[in-house]
Amino acid sequence: MSDAVCSLLSCAMDEERVFGLSEYEGAPARWCAGCGDHSILAAAQRLLVEEQLAPEHTVFVSGIGCSSRFPHYLKTYGFHGIHGRALPVATGIKLSRPELDVFVVMGDGDCCSIGAGHWVHGIRYNMNMVVLLMDNNIYGLTKNQTSPTTPEGYASNTQPQGSYLAPLNPLSVTLGVTNASFVAQTADWVPAHLFATLKAAYRHKGLAFVRILQRCPIWTPDIFRQAVIDPERTQVLHHPAGIEAPEIDEIYTNRIEHDPSDLDAARTFARTSENVRIGLFYRDASRPRYEETRHLPVFTAEQRMEALNAELDRHAV
Amino acid sequence: MTTRTTASPRLETLPEHTVEVVSDSGEGAQKCGQIFGSVSAKMGNGCWTVEIIPAEIQPPARTPGSASGVRIRIGSEPITNWGDEARLVVALNEQVLLARHRMDALAEDAVILIEDMWATHSDESIRAAWDAAMKEMSGRAYRFVRVPIEQQTLTLTDNPRHGKNMFILGLLAWIYDRDLARVRKQIAHEFRKKSAEVIERNVALMELGVSWAEANVPFRFAVPPPDEQPEMVVMNGNQAIALGAIAAGLELCAMYPITPATSVSHYLGEIFDSVGGIVHQAEDEIAAAGVAIGASYAGKVAFTVTSGPGLALKTEFIGLAVMAEIPLVIVDVQRGGPSTGMPTKVEQADLLAALYGQPGDAPKVVLAPSTMEECFHCMITARRIAEALRCVVVVLTDANLATGVTPFPRPALDARWHSRQPDQRPVTETERPYAWDERLGLSRRFIPGQRGGMHTLTGLAHDEASHVTYAADVNQRASTMRSRKLAVLQSTLLAPPIVGPAEGDLLLVGWGSTKGAIEEAAARARHEGLAVSSTHLSFLSPMQPGLKEIFKGFNQVMTVELNYSDRPGDPFITEENRRRGQLSLLLRAQTLVDIDCWTRVPGQPLRPGQILEEVRERLAKGDAR
Ligand SMILES: Cc1ncc(C[n+]2csc(CCOP(=O)(O)OP(=O)(O)O)c2C)c(N)n1
Ligand code: SF4
Ligand SMILES: [Mg+2]
Repeated sequence: MSDAVCSLLSCAMDEERVFGLSEYEGAPARWCAGCGDHSILAAAQRLLVEEQLAPEHTVFVSGIGCSSRFPHYLKTYGFHGIHGRALPVATGIKLSRPELDVFVVMGDGDCCSIGAGHWVHGIRYNMNMVVLLMDNNIYGLTKNQTSPTTPEGYASNTQPQGSYLAPLNPLSVTLGVTNASFVAQTADWVPAHLFATLKAAYRHKGLAFVRILQRCPIWTPDIFRQAVIDPERTQVLHHPAGIEAPEIDEIYTNRIEHDPSDLDAARTFARTSENVRIGLFYRDASRPRYEETRHLPVFTAEQRMEALNAELDRHAV
Repeated sequence: MTTRTTASPRLETLPEHTVEVVSDSGEGAQKCGQIFGSVSAKMGNGCWTVEIIPAEIQPPARTPGSASGVRIRIGSEPITNWGDEARLVVALNEQVLLARHRMDALAEDAVILIEDMWATHSDESIRAAWDAAMKEMSGRAYRFVRVPIEQQTLTLTDNPRHGKNMFILGLLAWIYDRDLARVRKQIAHEFRKKSAEVIERNVALMELGVSWAEANVPFRFAVPPPDEQPEMVVMNGNQAIALGAIAAGLELCAMYPITPATSVSHYLGEIFDSVGGIVHQAEDEIAAAGVAIGASYAGKVAFTVTSGPGLALKTEFIGLAVMAEIPLVIVDVQRGGPSTGMPTKVEQADLLAALYGQPGDAPKVVLAPSTMEECFHCMITARRIAEALRCVVVVLTDANLATGVTPFPRPALDARWHSRQPDQRPVTETERPYAWDERLGLSRRFIPGQRGGMHTLTGLAHDEASHVTYAADVNQRASTMRSRKLAVLQSTLLAPPIVGPAEGDLLLVGWGSTKGAIEEAAARARHEGLAVSSTHLSFLSPMQPGLKEIFKGFNQVMTVELNYSDRPGDPFITEENRRRGQLSLLLRAQTLVDIDCWTRVPGQPLRPGQILEEVRERLAKGDAR
């Protein structure tokens, strides 16, 4: 993912270092038992091990919410910022240090409500990073308020008569934004597919947007129940250029063929349907990446002063 | 220096003079004024140029609302503010002149060169408007000189809208005895992106103005420059901020367009790439703050530049930077508020927002440059402090500094202004990301890429290891440590200098762009025999030391500020409920001295004469404390 030259220090990696799982384990996760976030954390740690990412070279940026506690449970660099604003922080990190591996973790309130503006623009910047939307269809941390992805009619503490509006579809929104380059969906209860998706996302050059359907047994225990117990309710997007998770083929037999280079088809399949659809909706690695269009030029103090001196000449009396 | 000398008996030598050029917007008055100002500065004159900006981009022509232009105050000594009334005005129509008249911007006996075609215009309503305007202004002793500006301009160009300003430049160049070679050179510079033909025509128009003035204008003013002065540069405050940012080694400017801050990024956008930086135009001010914070967290030094409404949006991110001790420089080019307020006009009303805008206790450093030169240097200071203290530094400038143009001594660049790269040595097992020094509150910053430094930064209350905790003692200590840094900084600051005697009847206290006007007013008061001194604060948080001691020397202390305060004596206003000027409020709280304030929100810089009047009145009342 990162081939840019490190500008801040010599980050030549020690060939001998091998990272095991314990190298990535932070504080013990404090999510509720049965929370889908546990399985997403496990998949992320597996990815870190498999890709052997140097912990000091990896940054997980999050907002505020249950899901945003994620970085605390890892032993990489973490930035647990403010609600809805993970993407601007990640943009600043990537813009100034493109060689770092950056992951962004957001909840559905974080990404699709308070941070929706940054979401749209983040997709457009298409910086090389992995963006995980942990979508439990509810505000978890603040105890059961309707989120933009809550199903219509679903009761919460703020809308006890049931939510008034049809939910926003994060896949359709993302696929509608100029410069979208990687859009996938997976679910916390299909670990093999979840891992394969994270891996494909990490390998993608550009912003890889992954919506992860995430169970919250506390506030939305029934939302994904049918999909969890009945594999037939899950349609797997299949294609040689898609996400490969052969382990699930036996159980998840409801498949649709979809070429991830076909944006129109991706938009069609992304539409809300009876079934849950997982897989790679769209990928285009040729989209321009903002950190390459706008990279920080490297100048020494002396070079800058020389250039500044020349600029002062223009104002000289 | 090759100034033209003339033996003309009409030549009046003056220590300073204030000129205005006003026109409908789009007629190039500002360009004309800029060239006149630049040439004057280059001849060695003190000079202060301020734009007169209409509220709309294309207001209807020939209305007082369309008055657009520029004021240039030149002097033999350095000029520190825009002065009082204009003594000479060139107006392209009587309506824009009327606007200035109504604003009391013109001296009682101002010389007015006015386009005369309106007086005899074929349109009856225009002639009527002219007559009405002249009648309205007839109470003053203005000295009118009618100039056929358009008619003259048409002899050299078909489109007088793009040419009258150069003809006027010629008038001014003759009246003020400017060095014509420099004027020609400056025209070529200002129009360097245009064709040679355009430049030649503009030079010819200027020369036409010179000869017309020579033949027709019955007076001249000489404002001789001093013989010697250091090497100077001329720029506005926003350019100085931009160049200061470069000098400070800042590499990333994240911003969202907002008047009057935007021109910092316009200028940086033009040059930053070639000096090792980038401008990131974010999707909003919140994102701009987030991007700057992200970059700073990652070890680069970033800043964000905004104005009032943008500062409001950045509030939550600023709180995060304070809490997580991320170095951040924020420039707030203040405009009139609240809300959208007066976007193009000056005010100093964000002081309390800068200090106290965050919910919770969020100690941060607040600086206020008071001149264009300080705009440059304060960026270096701001970066230094932000990194040394792992803190947020807010730089408060304003629309007056942002758009005013003035010469100042060329900064002697020093590569050491670029602070050292952050310490990147591997972090040992026992080190902590907030290992606060018990006395100083300082701690070593770990940066992504740095081995062993991995931790999760958080805006939640945290301990030395950056672990979230709500333990009472930890929160008390962490809050103390974040606050202590300001006291440590304060211990390194000097008391502000007193201009004038250290004892007297009245001390004026100011901050930011009002410095020149306040000092000029105090100097004039002293000249009249009044015991008035002034002092000016450049640090607002923490406050400079020694203030209480300074205040003891005076019977009265009064701040002079461009923000709102209730006037004593107004209905319902009492000593108890009176809302006070922002600096005075802070000083009262900090020093327990009964400090009064005199503040205004005219949307314009203060005039020294206005301040002087208030000073006289106060001292005449003799209401000693
Ligand atoms: C500016 C701001 N507004 C509101 C909150 C309160 N808040 C914290 S998390 C959250 C929503 C969490 O929902 P989501 O983003 O879906 O994350 P989840 O907890 O479900 O993982 C809200 C409203 C806040 N921290 N900051
Ligand atoms: S409330 Fe829901 S989302 Fe939050 S930790 Fe518990 S199960 Fe997970
Ligand atoms: Mg949620």
